[in-house]
Amino acid sequence: MSSETRTNQESRGYRATPARRAFAFVRNTWRGLTSMRTALILLFLLALAAMPGAMLPQRSLNEPKVREYIAEHGWWGELLDTLGFFAVYGSVWFSAIYLLLMISLVGCLAPRSVEYVRSMRAKPVLTPRNLSRLPHHASSTVTSDADDVLATARKRFKGWRTTERDEGDGVRSISAEKGYLRETGNLLFHFAMLGLIISFAIGKMVVYEGQVIVHADGSEFCNSGIYAYDSFNPGLRVDGTELTPFCVRVNDFKPTYTELGQPIQYRADIEYSSGADLASNTWRPYQLEVNEPLRTAGDRVYLLGHGFAPVFTVTFPNGEKRTQATQWRPADQTTLLSDGATKFDPPGITDSATRRDNQLAVTGLFAPTPVFNGKILSSAGPKLTDPTVAVDIMRGDLGIDSGYGQSIFAIDQSMVEKGALERVARENLRVGESITLDDGTTISFDGVQRWVSLQVSHDPTQLWVLGFAVAMLVGLALSLLVKRRRVWIRVAPAAGAEGGGRTVIEVGGLARTDQAGYGDEFDEIAADLLNQDTRSP
Amino acid sequence: MPVDETLSRFSDWSYNTATLIYVLAMVFFAVEQAFGRAGRLRAERTAARKHELVGASAGGAVDATARTPAPISTPAGSAEPPLSPSARRSTSRAARFGRMGVSLTVLGALLHLAALVLRGLATSRVPWGNMYEYVMAVCLIAVVTWLVVLRKYPSVRHLSAFVLLPVVILLFVGGTMLYATAAPVQPALQSYWLIVHVAAAIVSSGMFLVPGVASVLYLMRDSHESNSSRFAKLAGHLPGRDLLDRLSYRTTVLAFPIYTFGVVCGAIWAEAAWGRFWGWDPKETVAFVAWVVYAAYLHARATAGWRGRPAAWINVTGFALIVFNLFFINLVTTGLHSYAGVG
Repeated sequence: MSSETRTNQESRGYRATPARRAFAFVRNTWRGLTSMRTALILLFLLALAAMPGAMLPQRSLNEPKVREYIAEHGWWGELLDTLGFFAVYGSVWFSAIYLLLMISLVGCLAPRSVEYVRSMRAKPVLTPRNLSRLPHHASSTVTSDADDVLATARKRFKGWRTTERDEGDGVRSISAEKGYLRETGNLLFHFAMLGLIISFAIGKMVVYEGQVIVHADGSEFCNSGIYAYDSFNPGLRVDGTELTPFCVRVNDFKPTYTELGQPIQYRADIEYSSGADLASNTWRPYQLEVNEPLRTAGDRVYLLGHGFAPVFTVTFPNGEKRTQATQWRPADQTTLLSDGATKFDPPGITDSATRRDNQLAVTGLFAPTPVFNGKILSSAGPKLTDPTVAVDIMRGDLGIDSGYGQSIFAIDQSMVEKGALERVARENLRVGESITLDDGTTISFDGVQRWVSLQVSHDPTQLWVLGFAVAMLVGLALSLLVKRRRVWIRVAPAAGAEGGGRTVIEVGGLARTDQAGYGDEFDEIAADLLNQDTRSP
Repeated sequence: MPVDETLSRFSDWSYNTATLIYVLAMVFFAVEQAFGRAGRLRAERTAARKHELVGASAGGAVDATARTPAPISTPAGSAEPPLSPSARRSTSRAARFGRMGVSLTVLGALLHLAALVLRGLATSRVPWGNMYEYVMAVCLIAVVTWLVVLRKYPSVRHLSAFVLLPVVILLFVGGTMLYATAAPVQPALQSYWLIVHVAAAIVSSGMFLVPGVASVLYLMRDSHESNSSRFAKLAGHLPGRDLLDRLSYRTTVLAFPIYTFGVVCGAIWAEAAWGRFWGWDPKETVAFVAWVVYAAYLHARATAGWRGRPAAWINVTGFALIVFNLFFINLVTTGLHSYAGVG
């Protein structure tokens, strides 16, 4: 019976059944993935994979530049586009690397956490037999007796984790260890990093960002839907239906410049209404500045930029007047030379064909501080000293009814090429000046308004990210700056005839991390422990 | 906030003088590096012997084990084989050059500091509002870091020339190509985060210069040890690999949390200024990449098979990225961090 069982067991041995092979494969993959070597390689891959995002234009930052790059580089540009090099941080390969890295991290942290809990309960290790072989060592013989020496040592090791052992023959020792915070910090850092990455990923789902231009003349903007924005970037799970309701009214915009036209401060004077204030129509004032966003209802409103909207009044031959102030866009951010197109529909014409022949556009340049090179207008600085426009008056079909959307900053050039839109005048105008067209229509430049561009941002996860980032910092500082170190003290009655009543003290020390500089601390401890009534032998 | 032209001019003078003094100090250190070899070798031998002696005699009072290699100027111990008088004379003369080099470096650093402070007073803001000022401050931190290292490891004094070389190059590039007249900063930079975020970036970048240089020297020394014909002239004068490695590690370990703090502050500021805390702006991206590389360095140094040479390469890569992030990203690519004030 027993022999049978034995043979049975022997024959059972290790056989590579498919299930076992599969298990071995999974286990080896897991071990490989969670090894430090793999983690290091993945770190390098992550660094390498992130670089193209700094070197190549990115869709999320500058879409026109991406298109320009692809157009310039032909097949190479298209290849890069197919491989996701213009949206690196959302690409499959980038995501693959950081997902693998996260798995590797979890695989590394799980056993370490278990080990950590175990080591937190463990007692400091036994005192080594031969303390003089340690990197730090000192000894002396004193007259005080062993109990006193140990009592002093206990006092000295306050804050250390210690154990005392009786090694027999009157020999006693204390092992003390300190610096457990190093491992605590290390784990804290890595777990906080995991938390940060997860919060960041959740954030990418629920964020939205919208930009809008608002005239600084008491105009209002309400965060009621995507249509209210000029551009809107939703997160993966945002459909634009449940935006936080609030409204902003821009009353004024005041830039301050140095004598040379360098900007010192931008400030928009706004009022806002959110939450319960909306129902009661209460508006609260706020000074919106760069670096000082308005934070309300969990969202933020930023002052991104500003510009001018020249005011033109068209007096039609029948005496009707139309006044418009359309925002023009700054072409030069330092001098604020702007360009744009202000478009007018003739009033009182019901026949759409006739109306389309008589649409007007005032298009050209605007300079807050003009300088002329001959008749060419340019701007000397951003200050509004003598606003001047250099405009072309276009008449004909603007193409607004064509069904295609068009930029509010420009006229549709294809209409000009088709001959549907003609230039009927070109003039430089100062405020108060006007142009009269051949049919008696006059166009006057009445003044200028300012506009601001605002951005609304929504990201409920960012406080989580901040919290985890702070935890990471704390963990990092602890894990890099705290030293894990051990000290042992052993006391023994002095041997020999003259040894009576005297005690031999030996102290040894070991820094468990490769951080040097433990020596000074050890010397101090050793001095405190040894120099109690020392009699040098 | 008017700019005080006089103070600004004094700042420029201090800057130029400091640069010249660094160049002079570099020459002095180079003399020590070239001719001080015998003395240093002896110092190393002394240290090694002392260590052995200490290990053997376990009965003495508290012994300060040879934690730091003995300074170069240690008088020859009695057990030393006597050096020829001429060799001793040339060694001590070289050491004197080294000491004068340190004094000059301290003087240079004081003038350097004066240049920075005067800039700040002239513009009534923190003196790191454009690339010229940034480079000036980074170099100051690098020099100060090196002086602190010298206090801890006096035996590496003769390497000072290798640290001052990149500093002088950076100062020269800063003073000629990046120079910007003293002026207030644009509204986007008017935030107390300018003080915190940029200061953290400056301190960590300046500190990273030292391990970067030490790692390059490590690689030279390592290459020399595996094949003595490589860097034959230079590497023989370098300290041992473990000292260079320890120096790199200890400085990196201090600089890395500061760098991380700087990146976190940058994210907080970006949230207030640009509407998001992280947007993969080129500067942010390269800062992230450099962070990952330094993290890899710390891991490599704790992983078997990655210590030593690979770790040194990683550290050099990290510093190269810091420099790349400063010059290439600011001057060549366009991003939100375009505050160079150049051109």
